[in-house]
Amino acid sequence: MSAVVTDHEHEHHDHRPSGIKRWLYTTNHKDIGTMYLVFALIMFFIGGSMAMVIRAELFQPGLQFVEPNFFNQMTTVHGLIMVFGAVMPAFTGLANWMIPIMIGAPDMALPRMNNWSFWILPFAFLILLGSLFMPGGGPNFGWTFYAPLSTKFSGDSTALFVFSVHIMGISSIMGAINVIVTIFNMRAPGMTWMKMPMFVWTWLITAFLLIMVMPVLAGAVTMVLTDKYFATSFFDAAGGGDPVLFQHIFWFFGHPEVYIMILPAFGIVSSIVPTFARKRLFGYSSMVYATASIGLLSFLVWAHHMFTTGMPVFAELFFMYCTMLISVPTGVKVFNWVATMWRGAMTFEVPMMFALAFVVLFTIGGFSGLMLAITPADFQYHDTYFVVAHFHYVLVTGAVFSIIAAAYYWLPKWTGYMYDEKLGQWHFWCSLISVNLLFFPMHFVGLAGMPRRIPDYALQFADFNALISVGGFLFGASQLIFVWVLVKCARGGQKATARVWEGAEGLEWEIPSPAPYHTFDTPPEIK
Amino acid sequence: MALKHAPLTLKLAIVALGMFGFGFALVPLYDVFCDLTGINGKTATTAATAEAAVIDLSREIVIEFIARPNKQMPWLFKPEVTRMKVHPGEIHIMNYLAENPTQRLIIGQAVPSVSPGQAALYFHKIECFCFTQQHLAGGENMLMPLQFYIDPALPSQFSTITLSYTLYDVTSAWEGTAASAQLGE
Repeated sequence: MSAVVTDHEHEHHDHRPSGIKRWLYTTNHKDIGTMYLVFALIMFFIGGSMAMVIRAELFQPGLQFVEPNFFNQMTTVHGLIMVFGAVMPAFTGLANWMIPIMIGAPDMALPRMNNWSFWILPFAFLILLGSLFMPGGGPNFGWTFYAPLSTKFSGDSTALFVFSVHIMGISSIMGAINVIVTIFNMRAPGMTWMKMPMFVWTWLITAFLLIMVMPVLAGAVTMVLTDKYFATSFFDAAGGGDPVLFQHIFWFFGHPEVYIMILPAFGIVSSIVPTFARKRLFGYSSMVYATASIGLLSFLVWAHHMFTTGMPVFAELFFMYCTMLISVPTGVKVFNWVATMWRGAMTFEVPMMFALAFVVLFTIGGFSGLMLAITPADFQYHDTYFVVAHFHYVLVTGAVFSIIAAAYYWLPKWTGYMYDEKLGQWHFWCSLISVNLLFFPMHFVGLAGMPRRIPDYALQFADFNALISVGGFLFGASQLIFVWVLVKCARGGQKATARVWEGAEGLEWEIPSPAPYHTFDTPPEIK
Repeated sequence: MALKHAPLTLKLAIVALGMFGFGFALVPLYDVFCDLTGINGKTATTAATAEAAVIDLSREIVIEFIARPNKQMPWLFKPEVTRMKVHPGEIHIMNYLAENPTQRLIIGQAVPSVSPGQAALYFHKIECFCFTQQHLAGGENMLMPLQFYIDPALPSQFSTITLSYTLYDVTSAWEGTAASAQLGE
């Protein structure tokens, strides 16, 4: 039996189908990583164009372009696509590409499952996007799909929404299992736990968070489905249920979810900053412990999303203090990044620029998060644009900037060519200026009381909203430069060396650029 | 190759399945937690047995009554009085008025909520129209009684308790169960 398997594997090594079949049948971690990344980029633009619709409508007070119902569908699907279609698949793509190389493994542990977990994803989003064209429109209850909005007042497309979330969840869980098994079982000899690159560590903890909470989300959408179509009463007070219960279940998933979207970003920045500071990462082990404690604490803070639901004071204080506690390990990380740069021989190539912007702007998002954590203050900020500003600072200038930084950082390794540095710098500066024009004034209109998720607003907010919309259009346009850089780099350019960056450390820089189709068939030696 | 990874993969898959179950387990856990602590202002859904409790004449508690039909519920629904003063331990009877202005039978279910929530544990109902579904034919009206007392153990920081009822139209759910019961026969 074993001989047969070996024969088959030999055949597989020599033979690679061409055309569409290569991509459909591939079990190669690099191919799958590429597909995830391209998929995430496409979703980023689809979700982004929905944001453009939102900003066009909010450019002036009053209703200009779209109906309120369609506006609600745009905010809902924009959120769902950016979270589940852009940020999470982009991180999974980076994990697929880099983790096996970084730990000296020939591939992911479960390659066939890997293929499947990618290929069900496009169908999930076809279902979700298709629901927008149904009579009555797609989901319009916000990406948080609070009951009873999603159970009592939602359209017929809710079933499609539920099934698409199920598929996304299954895809993420399979991806997470794959990452954990790969890291546990396939590290090269000598690659001990505390020698693993930070990106691998942060992804390992992220993967554990994923298998802990994605099933809870699947449970929540299932309950919404049965409440809506099968007369159960999980969230229906008339039948003995409780709509507040929905929020508890949702945020039990939802809070670890925000760390799922930021921990890999921490790993990326922890890879990039040492390279361009030409120093080793300061406080490696404290970084590992900080990541683990953020992961654990993320399960104890969910109700800070629900301060205004009428919780007892004791619970509000508990969740307030736990939330504030998370800023301690996060602060450790920011301190370590800054300490890594301290007296380093820094250069400012595009990946470093995005990583630096990440450190500064993510910290701003963290601080507004601390403000939101203060229970009495939260009653004022709740459901205003201040919240929108906060989570876009941590997700756009946080997660998305880190993904862009990672793309620039590893692009020469993927394509074998250097990207156009000048265009990249244009992309960076345009993005940096426009993103702040887009999100910073949202703090002000939020503090002044402008509610989120509403297609119209009071006249006093008009000037700021016009500015915000201009920032939004510019930020959207800036991302076209990114596509230009990517396409240009994939087609050719200056040949990249194996090490690419002068200060780069790690196994991925020991192999040639572009990375060969199969790497580390024999395990590397770890010093 | 793949067999080497099977044990860990299986364990992780079991964790994922277990967490799916945990999501559903949160439903009864939430109810138990709220019953024990009373923090969501829900009163007991079954009758309290009338205790020959001592009546605490030293203090008076203001009870406020709020009643509102749910948006989809066409009944008129209001308390006979909106406010009364009671001594803890005294048993009182309160009536709620319900009228069905439509031409068809509608079945209602009232869901109580007490504010401040922590006082819910001390609000005992001996009899309540909220324990069962109420049937009301078109054009009819009725008095729905509530018999209650306040536990003398009520902590002293509570001087006013608000009892709110939301009335839901459950006719379609009732017809659904009736239909399936008929199918069962």
